[in-house]
Amino acid sequence: MVDVAFPPNRVAGAGGTRKRSSLRTALKRKSTTAFLMTLPLILLIVILVIYPAFFSLHLATLNKSMQRFVGLGNFEFLFKRDTFWLVVKQSCIFALTAVFFKALIGFIVAHFVHNIPAKGQRKWRGMLLVPWVIPPAMSTLAWLWLFDPSYSAFNYTLSFFGVGPIPWTGDAAWARFSVILVNIWVGAPFFMIMYLAALKSVPDQLYEAAAIDGANWWQRIWYVTLPMMRNIIAITTLFSLIVTFANFDIVRILTAGGPLDHTHIFATWAFRVGIEGSDVPLGASVSLFMLPILAIAAIFILRDINKRGNEA
Amino acid sequence: MSRRKLSRRQFVAATAMSSAALITAPYVRGAYAAGKLSIGFWDHWVPGANKASTELVNEWAAKEKVEVTIDYIPSQGNKLLLTTQAEAQAKSGHDILAMSTWLPHAHAEQLEPVNDVVEAVIKQSGDVNGTVRYLGQAGGKWLAVPACVGSQIKGPCSRIDLMKKHANIDVQAMYPAGQAPKADAWTTDAFLKAAEACQKGGVPFGIGLGETSDSVDTVGAFFLAFGAEVVDAKGNVVVKNDNVRQVLEFYKKLMAFLPPDAPAWDDSSNNKWLVSGRGALIMNPPSAWAVAKRDAPQVAEQCWTHGFPVGPKGRFAPFLPYYWSIWKFAQNKEAAKSLLLRLSQPDAIEKMVTASGGYDLPAFEKLTTLKTWAEEGPPKGTLYHYPNPHKHQVLSISASPAPPKVAQQIYTQATLTKMCVRFYQGEPMEKTLAWAEGELEGFMRS
Repeated sequence: MVDVAFPPNRVAGAGGTRKRSSLRTALKRKSTTAFLMTLPLILLIVILVIYPAFFSLHLATLNKSMQRFVGLGNFEFLFKRDTFWLVVKQSCIFALTAVFFKALIGFIVAHFVHNIPAKGQRKWRGMLLVPWVIPPAMSTLAWLWLFDPSYSAFNYTLSFFGVGPIPWTGDAAWARFSVILVNIWVGAPFFMIMYLAALKSVPDQLYEAAAIDGANWWQRIWYVTLPMMRNIIAITTLFSLIVTFANFDIVRILTAGGPLDHTHIFATWAFRVGIEGSDVPLGASVSLFMLPILAIAAIFILRDINKRGNEA
Repeated sequence: MSRRKLSRRQFVAATAMSSAALITAPYVRGAYAAGKLSIGFWDHWVPGANKASTELVNEWAAKEKVEVTIDYIPSQGNKLLLTTQAEAQAKSGHDILAMSTWLPHAHAEQLEPVNDVVEAVIKQSGDVNGTVRYLGQAGGKWLAVPACVGSQIKGPCSRIDLMKKHANIDVQAMYPAGQAPKADAWTTDAFLKAAEACQKGGVPFGIGLGETSDSVDTVGAFFLAFGAEVVDAKGNVVVKNDNVRQVLEFYKKLMAFLPPDAPAWDDSSNNKWLVSGRGALIMNPPSAWAVAKRDAPQVAEQCWTHGFPVGPKGRFAPFLPYYWSIWKFAQNKEAAKSLLLRLSQPDAIEKMVTASGGYDLPAFEKLTTLKTWAEEGPPKGTLYHYPNPHKHQVLSISASPAPPKVAQQIYTQATLTKMCVRFYQGEPMEKTLAWAEGELEGFMRS
């Protein structure tokens, strides 16, 4: 025991002052303030993202009844399943096609909106954002009615032109087309607004210089607009790729993975296997398989951004 | 007299031990003492049906002095399924939870056995059918109590007028109200002929071939009618057999007479098909008829619920029982058992059946002739044969007799429907069987 070894007040007082002053200094630091301000969000991410992610990793190492550790056994099992590879293939087709068309449509529409006089532009921007603003679970229900196997409004309209009926959700190819179409419809406005912001930040002098050099419309796009938008395009594509790969609501509502599993993607199949089939570890393994695919995509896309950043 | 002196140290030790003993001793509480009980019931789609359950629970709670909280959880959007899985993971939640068809087996290790409750009810109200036993019992233990609320048979609901007009079949004569069925001629061949006639008449049978429950249940009953097992009761994959080949051929013929978009149907498609007046027959509990009664009374007046056609190996109808389960982590198991016993009494069951307009089905054999089914209409007697009062058909579940945990995979992955669709779309028979064999082997995980 050391409580009577030296006068307590003096030492404690000195230590306390030092502590208080160092605390005050720490609080004065911008980084500390920033950390404290972001702390609630960090805590939310830890609780809602980091913990579930690690729990999911833990689940993926258990057997079906969740009583035994099986290591990578679930992944070994999945690799032998034809349906799993069908899901991998479909997820890639779904995500890549949807992201490509979202980017293309977003780019074109952003140019149109950019060229609208400032007075009426706000209205157009607002209207074009509507598909992105409505919760997909709701808007997809409307699409479901439009595609309804027996009462499709599209088929009704097409019948006046002697076309159809088209099995929108009943045939594998049409069903894939339908889910991709709805995803593009929902996601294209996001690209549009990002690209519009990027377009607005391109200095007019660059276009003027290009015009003086005799550049035509296509050359202005290729040599001025696109290079100036590259980072935004890369970041937006990566973000959308992640969100599209992890999509659940559109496919679940529109086709629930059918017909014959031909529209299942990772999330919907994970739900089918894990929740509906009561095989939670296998469902966790299916959803975790997205991670390496997205990690590779992220490395390539972000590496490119760093490279250009250094060049600048 | 010698007096032993208690030291301070001894006093402290004795006090600590007594306190520890009091804290750790099991808190024995009879069902008839006060306590809390939380219940998660299935949210009934029939307006007013929940009220009957609430009244029964409150009456019991007042008598037993138990404080109850009831949550009605809808099955739409898989809310109840997600709640069940979440509670199983968290090992926390309601004391009593309603579980659909496959879930008692899926969570068998986490459920409190309820043999005392179920055996008492069976003694009182008669035995349960094989499907209720198959889905609710494991290793001689009852995993949950068969619930009346939510249990259903998905038999044919035919249009009296259209079947007479196009197929020359009088469904009311075949299944007369108040009498035993006269349905010997109602075979799978007759069914096929009727499907063809109605399709030619522009009112095809509305049978789905999608991956949702209604489609899977129907195909399962036909598989059983042909004796077509894909996995046997011991868990062996036996899909490559002649009965399976025979039922696939049958379905191929049948599919030609069904709406071309049937592979995309979900559980609402057949209801819409009947209510809109586009079809002569669907496979559904009386919910479609009840909706028609509200939205299209002229259709409802022509609806008649009856039995399945008989196949080479018998007459099977899909039966989907609901269960009330008690988690092992429940806080008040004795009270939960007492309540479930109360809810399984004949008067309680009759009250719930009446409140549901005859939709809910008790599992116990003495309770399949309640007056609700005889009196519901229009037309009067339309539900008489719904609860299978004459045991005319075997109540079954798709994918049985495979071990329940394997059968659940076959059911949720809709393997049987997929086999039919693949074969119908032109895949060679042996290729379809080989595909199914691969799928089924993957369901053997433990």
